[in-house]
Amino acid sequence: MASAASPTPAPADVAAAVAEAHRREWAFVLAATIRVAGDIDTAEEAVQDAYASALAIWGARGIPSNPGAWLTTTARRRALDVRRRDATARRALPKLVDPEPPPLDELADTGESIPDDRLALVFTCCHPALAAEARVALTLRLVCGLSTADVARAFLVPEATMAARITRAKQKITTAGIPYRVPSPDELGPRLESVLAVVHLVYTTGHTAPFGVELMRRDLAERGRELARLLRVLLPDDPDVAGLLALVVLTDARLDARLDDDGEVLLMEEQDRSRWNRRAIAEGAALVREALRARPPGRYALMAAIAAVHDESPSWSETDWVEILGLYDLLVDVWVSPVVRLNRAIALGFAEGPAEALAELDELAADPRLARYPYLSAARADALRRLGRSTEARLAYEEAQILTDNAAELAFLQRRVDSIDDPH
Amino acid sequence: MSKYLILIYQDDDAAQSEGETVNPAYREFMERRADSLLGGAALESPASGTSIRHDHDGRVVVTDGLFTESKEVIGGYFLVEAADLDEALAIASEVPAGAGVEVRPVRLVS
Repeated sequence: MASAASPTPAPADVAAAVAEAHRREWAFVLAATIRVAGDIDTAEEAVQDAYASALAIWGARGIPSNPGAWLTTTARRRALDVRRRDATARRALPKLVDPEPPPLDELADTGESIPDDRLALVFTCCHPALAAEARVALTLRLVCGLSTADVARAFLVPEATMAARITRAKQKITTAGIPYRVPSPDELGPRLESVLAVVHLVYTTGHTAPFGVELMRRDLAERGRELARLLRVLLPDDPDVAGLLALVVLTDARLDARLDDDGEVLLMEEQDRSRWNRRAIAEGAALVREALRARPPGRYALMAAIAAVHDESPSWSETDWVEILGLYDLLVDVWVSPVVRLNRAIALGFAEGPAEALAELDELAADPRLARYPYLSAARADALRRLGRSTEARLAYEEAQILTDNAAELAFLQRRVDSIDDPH
Repeated sequence: MSKYLILIYQDDDAAQSEGETVNPAYREFMERRADSLLGGAALESPASGTSIRHDHDGRVVVTDGLFTESKEVIGGYFLVEAADLDEALAIASEVPAGAGVEVRPVRLVS
């Protein structure tokens, strides 16, 4: 065992240390355990057992100096025990990883000899052969260590539905032979896209909850942020990883200014910019510069560059809309999406005028994919309001209100309706 | 190593018999991937297919045509051996198929 920090720590300290290790070390411990267990379920059970026994053993013998190494060694020993015991029963099943189990003395207590398999775990969870919704669920469950109940809550589905989704995905990994390794350099590009999409979705889902009274599900956004940072540690030279982290950091920089004292959403133009986090903006801007060195720049780098223009602008009225419009022009080339076109139209409205924006927005209104998208109605309403077409603006705001489930956004739209001078 | 079946789909109207020589694109693929190929064949046109079902009393019912109605039909297959799904997908993505291919792991039974 690793050396004890103190002989008999207080139970509260032990619980805190275990919780902290769960938060910080879960992915490392599980990834290293899958390598010896050969399948995800055995590894998950072993890791859960290791965390459970940590509570008792650390309480009796002290908190180890390297909790992650202690947990990894314990979990790998358990997994190997299970694997040896069930050797005959399991021989018929295909293995995720099938080397000879390493001898026990290789499972050193120091942790220094344990390779970091977190990247392999991330790529396996985000494999394109898995359904997109399963990739997100597996990443939250296996990489972030969220309980199935929490993953279900995050995506507003019943726990049993989420449990079935995760089980099916794990079965596909085993039966289809999805490998447990980092893709080779020539496969890495397309495979990384799928990973970045999952992390971006986790972050944005947390950032703007589509439903309910709370605008930000801070925990989910936090997990997305941690995943983006983890990728940056594991793939420090990749420009798309730098771009995604830049986007996350530059969006987070405005987080504290997003709600007023009553919890109502403030548009960027209403926010108190002195509450934006200058240190985060500086970090994000440096990452954007690095990400934009790739040619052509990727979608996350461009979105981050747009966020950086906002973050570095001293006031709303001084926003460089021509620069933002130019970045959106590049973005629609690398990312064909009606939502990106909508955001470009909004930038066009500020760079050139509400009439130009409205023409573009009316064209987008014909796209069935945006038929129930509240931000399109809200953007049309805004353009109409600026053109002085009050009756139509009011109608468009009401349409946006019907389409949104988010209480904070509803309140914001109502303020906009109230601000329109009655035409009669 | 695992075995995978690559099912080759073609548009129904394109899936006509193409004569008795192997298409050069397929020949090139088969030579390049010879080490992984365990077997494979092109199938005759869907119109030549016959399906067998069992009725409520368990009697065999033979009908003309394919088992499932679909715009795309199976035009052929390869059986391959691969280390994992990634290798199988790399092989399958080189198949010069019309509509696309489906990759299915072969179940291991003892």
